[in-house]
Amino acid sequence: MSVDLTIGKAINAGLRRAMESDPQVLVMGEDVGRLGGVFRVTDQLYKDFGADRVIDTPLAESGIVGTAIGLALRGYRPVCEIQFDGFFFPATNQTFAQLAKMRRRSAGALNVPVVLRIPYGGGIGAVEHHSESPEAYFAHTAGLRVVTPANAVDAYWMIQQAVTSPDPVVFFEPKRRYYDKAEVDTGASEAAAAMGSARVARPGSDVTLLAYGPMVKTALQAAEADTERSIEVVDLRSLAPVDYATVEESVRRTGRLVVAHEAPVTGGIGGEVAARVTESCFYHLESPVIRVGAFDTPYPQSRLEEHYLPDLDRILDGVDRAFAY
Amino acid sequence: MSDNTAHGEPELVQLLAPDGELHDDPDYPLDISAEEIRGLYRDLVLVRRVDTEAVALQRQGELGLWASLLGQEAAQIGSARALRPQDTAFPSYREHGVAWARGVAPKELLGLFRGVTNGGWDPAEYGLHLYTIVIGSQTLHATGYAMGVQRDGATGEDGSAVIAYFGDGASSQGDTSEAFTFAAVNNAPVVFFCQNNQWAISEPPDRQTRVPLYRRAAGFGFPGVRIDGNDVLASLAVTRKALQQAREGQGPMLIEAFTYRMGAHTTNDDPTRYRASAELEEWKAKDPILRLRTHMQTAGIAGDDFFTEVEDEADRLGERLRAECRSLPDPDPLDIFHEVYAEPNTQIDLQRAEFADYLASFDDAGAEGGR
Repeated sequence: MSVDLTIGKAINAGLRRAMESDPQVLVMGEDVGRLGGVFRVTDQLYKDFGADRVIDTPLAESGIVGTAIGLALRGYRPVCEIQFDGFFFPATNQTFAQLAKMRRRSAGALNVPVVLRIPYGGGIGAVEHHSESPEAYFAHTAGLRVVTPANAVDAYWMIQQAVTSPDPVVFFEPKRRYYDKAEVDTGASEAAAAMGSARVARPGSDVTLLAYGPMVKTALQAAEADTERSIEVVDLRSLAPVDYATVEESVRRTGRLVVAHEAPVTGGIGGEVAARVTESCFYHLESPVIRVGAFDTPYPQSRLEEHYLPDLDRILDGVDRAFAY
Repeated sequence: MSDNTAHGEPELVQLLAPDGELHDDPDYPLDISAEEIRGLYRDLVLVRRVDTEAVALQRQGELGLWASLLGQEAAQIGSARALRPQDTAFPSYREHGVAWARGVAPKELLGLFRGVTNGGWDPAEYGLHLYTIVIGSQTLHATGYAMGVQRDGATGEDGSAVIAYFGDGASSQGDTSEAFTFAAVNNAPVVFFCQNNQWAISEPPDRQTRVPLYRRAAGFGFPGVRIDGNDVLASLAVTRKALQQAREGQGPMLIEAFTYRMGAHTTNDDPTRYRASAELEEWKAKDPILRLRTHMQTAGIAGDDFFTEVEDEADRLGERLRAECRSLPDPDPLDIFHEVYAEPNTQIDLQRAEFADYLASFDDAGAEGGR
């Protein structure tokens, strides 16, 4: 049963399927009930599953994550919506100090299968605290899995895999791509995307261009626009753990790596990948690993975001730098 | 002192006065046998001995740290003995009496403070969650868990309830307020048990609040009550009622146990820098163990033989604990990588393999006669 779905609708369909197949799955967050979430990702779930399974919470992010931990300890599988990236910070203690560490602290006696859904990234002309890319904080925290889909097919499958994972999963949703469509086979019994794996989104032979989430589309456009060089685009999908096998295999073939993301470059996923690949693929590299990202500044006012976010030209400039050696 | 100030001793529920005299409280009737009272006394003495031994073990370098419960035995034993097997408690890090009452072996408590475990017991087995160090965090876990109990339909007269332990310091944390909010709007079957032991490390209650803590509950829409936290019978009676109301669908309740931390915050703390010795003397007169003993003697609930017997048992417990503590083995170095994730994790697997090789290289070096 193939249907044309946006990323937002694909997550909704994935959530619905997860809730139908497991009565322990709950959806909770601010405005997720009657409103269906500010991006309508939980649209109609309240109507069909009721207030006990689609919980409109008080406006308290620490409370959302903290009570989700308690619900998970009781055997539930809460999927929390954190309304926007910049609103996550009040929940840091519950996420980093509690959720991430509980399995380890209990020597494996406790699983805490909480999913944190966080719409992230810029490009929608929002006011401050609505456009950030905080994924590196999460990837730095042991005990969390961090993933982000870049298209509707992956969104549909990855949210279901996040829900069934026994580990806490931070599920970053590329909010400026919520309305991008793709054909999704919602009737398929097996997943089309493995949450923990990277994928080659576009094959190429001269340089590997690594991206994830909202930047994958831009990377594909850049690859398309470059008629001189054959750019291979790898969609990372999982930021923690990173599927280095796929990344390294690609780099060994192409000999060059450019990493692009929306987050500031310092301390970002790109730097981590660059370091790792330099260690493991040193003799295959024709040039240093190049990072293309946002500046080490707060996310700017939206009238400046087109300069702040890496676009097609900035990515191609990064590719040029990789070929300058 | 007036009920309007936070820091004196306002009206509080008390069944057993410091002089050992027993009073009835019509709101909190307590149906208790002489046998049960002897059991409570035994709990109080043995838990105090666990604490005393642990402080000594820390001084001898066997524990990295210990958070003493001295003075808070009655609040913990009374409330925890009100729990049923199917109930679940979410402690902070000083709840050794609660752990005792839930059946967790004292040596398990030492593991965390000795640094051989990060937790120490299976929470599901005992209905006692792991100690929580970041104060107030567990109030939300308890509330969420109670929301789960509610969804399971596990409430009702013979059902389950949840209790969250925290201190006066934790009452200032946002998480505690958020837990109150979530519990109230969901009518969750959770009892908030605040041990106001008067000192959050060096900070007295007037650095935490301008109203008595139990009165916070009113603003969230559920009842709050202050009890004499050094009175094990009041603690038992009030907690038992609060838990029963919670499991029967009447929602949360806040119990503020007005007590005193007679020891240091932890073995790293020096309370002589911030509190007067006269204050300690004043609270010693309200000692939870002495008053129960006085009552038992006066009421003929136990004779000298019983008290000697309990002392002997405490001596044996202390001896055993010392031996058990010293025999807790250091974990295997590769334990660092265990149980971080339930699912395979390539990054951790890789690091574990590299570290295992690194460790093995020392064995090889040893086999070759070293360098």
